[in-house]
Amino acid sequence: MNIEMNFEHRQLAHCENGVVSNLLRYYGIDLSEPMIFGIGSGYFFSHMPFLKVDNIPVTSFRPLPGIIFKRVSKRLGFHFEKHRYRNPYDAMTALDKNLEQQIPTGMLVGVYHLTYFPTRYRFHFNAHNIVVYGKNDDAYLISDPIMENKTTLTRKELMRVRYAKGTFAPKGHMYWLKNVPDRFDVKGAVMKGIKHTCKDMTTIPVPMFGAKGIKYLSKKFRQYPHKLGAKKASLFTGQIVRAQEEIGTGGAGFRYMYAAFLQEAAGVINKPELKDMSYEMTAIGDKWREFAVVAGRIVKNRAREGEDYNRGADILLEISDDEQQFFTRLKKIVS
Amino acid sequence: MKAKEVPQDDENILEGKFKDPIYTLDENGNYTTSYSVGWDVKNAVLKNAWSVINEKMEQARQEVLNGKASPIKYYMEKTIMDASLLAKYTGFWKWAVKKHLKPKGFNKLSTEALQKYADIFDLTVEELKDIDKIKNDKTEE
Repeated sequence: MNIEMNFEHRQLAHCENGVVSNLLRYYGIDLSEPMIFGIGSGYFFSHMPFLKVDNIPVTSFRPLPGIIFKRVSKRLGFHFEKHRYRNPYDAMTALDKNLEQQIPTGMLVGVYHLTYFPTRYRFHFNAHNIVVYGKNDDAYLISDPIMENKTTLTRKELMRVRYAKGTFAPKGHMYWLKNVPDRFDVKGAVMKGIKHTCKDMTTIPVPMFGAKGIKYLSKKFRQYPHKLGAKKASLFTGQIVRAQEEIGTGGAGFRYMYAAFLQEAAGVINKPELKDMSYEMTAIGDKWREFAVVAGRIVKNRAREGEDYNRGADILLEISDDEQQFFTRLKKIVS
Repeated sequence: MKAKEVPQDDENILEGKFKDPIYTLDENGNYTTSYSVGWDVKNAVLKNAWSVINEKMEQARQEVLNGKASPIKYYMEKTIMDASLLAKYTGFWKWAVKKHLKPKGFNKLSTEALQKYADIFDLTVEELKDIDKIKNDKTEE
C-alpha cells in the first residue's frame, strides 16, 4: 500500500512549534513558527533543584511538553483529536487508518532510537514531535521539523520510538487536526499569548519559576564550586548549557524566537512599540549566549575555581532583572 | 544576534544532517532565519557530556573484564540507561535489574530473560554473553 500526502516539510527550530506550524500549513493556514511559539506562550524559565535527570538538577526554558500545542489550539479554536494506545499494534493500525484517509498525523516519539538523528544528539529524551504523512512498502514517511529534509522510518523503528520508556514516555500518543474553523482570531490569540507569558514570567509566587527562577539559579550557580566540588559543579554547569542550546529546548534560541514573534505581532495587533521590544529581547538572548560562553569555559577546564562561577552568576542576575523588567513593561503595552 | 555573527564552528557533530536554525536580525532590522553548523561552546559541552558517558562505559568494561559486573552493566552504560530505565524496558523490578548487573545474577537468568535484554541492546543472546565482544567493542568518540 503506497500513500503519500502532498505534505510540505519545513525545517524549524523547535519540534513542538514546528509540527503545529507544518500541520496547520497542510490545511492552508500559514502561521510562522515564532507566531505559534508566541500564541502558545512557549517562553518560560524554571530551575528545579529537586527534580533531577541523571542526578543533575533540571533547568528548563520551556513549559512542559504539549502545553504550547494545547494553548495554540485553544486560542485559535482548532480541534485536535488525541489518542494514546496501550497496545503498540493498535497504535500502528490506528495510524494506518489515518493515512488511508489522507490525514497527516503528529506523534510523540523518543529520540534515542531515531536512526536518522546525529549520533551525539541521541539521548533518552521522549517528548519529540514528528509528523507521519504517508507510507510505502518498506517505510513510513516522516516529516521531522528538526531535519533539513523529509525522512523515513521502518515500521519496527517507528513502533520502537513511539513506545520509548522513561520520563515523558509517549505511550503511542498521536494527534491530528479534526476541525479547521473558517475564521479564527489571530489578533485575540496573540494578545492572550503575550499576556499569559507576562504572567508566567513575573507573577508565579515560587522562586523557581519565571524571571525569579533565573535569580534563583544565579544564587545556586555561585555556590556550585564550594558545595559540589569541581567535577560535579562542571557537570551541573554543562547541563544548563545543554538545556539552553540543544535542539528543541531553548535558552537563547527561544529568546530570539520570541523577538521574531514580537516583531511580527507588532503588525498583527497594531502596537508598533513591540518592534522596539523585540530588539530588547534579542539583547537578552545575546546575554544568555554570553552566559553560555562562561559556562562552556568552566566545562572545558574542570578545575578552574570561583572566578568563572561568579562571572556566570552575575550575568544570570542581570538577565533575571532584564526579563523581570521586560515582561512588566510588555504587560502594560498589551493591557 | 545579527545574521552575519552566526557561528559556523563545524566539528561534524550534526553529521551534515541539518543545521541549527537561529532567528537573527538582518541589516534592515528584520528577523530572518540563519543556519549554524555549530558553535564552539555548544560543541564543547556536548562532547563533554559524551566523555562522561564514555568514562562510565570504560569503567563498566573493566568491571566486566575483572568479573565484577555482568555484560548487562556494560551495555546499560553504552546505551545511556540506568537500572530504573532498564527496568521499564524489561518489565523487571529495579532491584531485579540491579541483581542482573552482577555476574552471579546474570548467570542465573533464563533464556527468555536474556532474550529480553538482548533485544533492548540490539544483540543476540550469544553476543550479549560474549565477553570478548565487550573487550573489543569500540567507544563512540
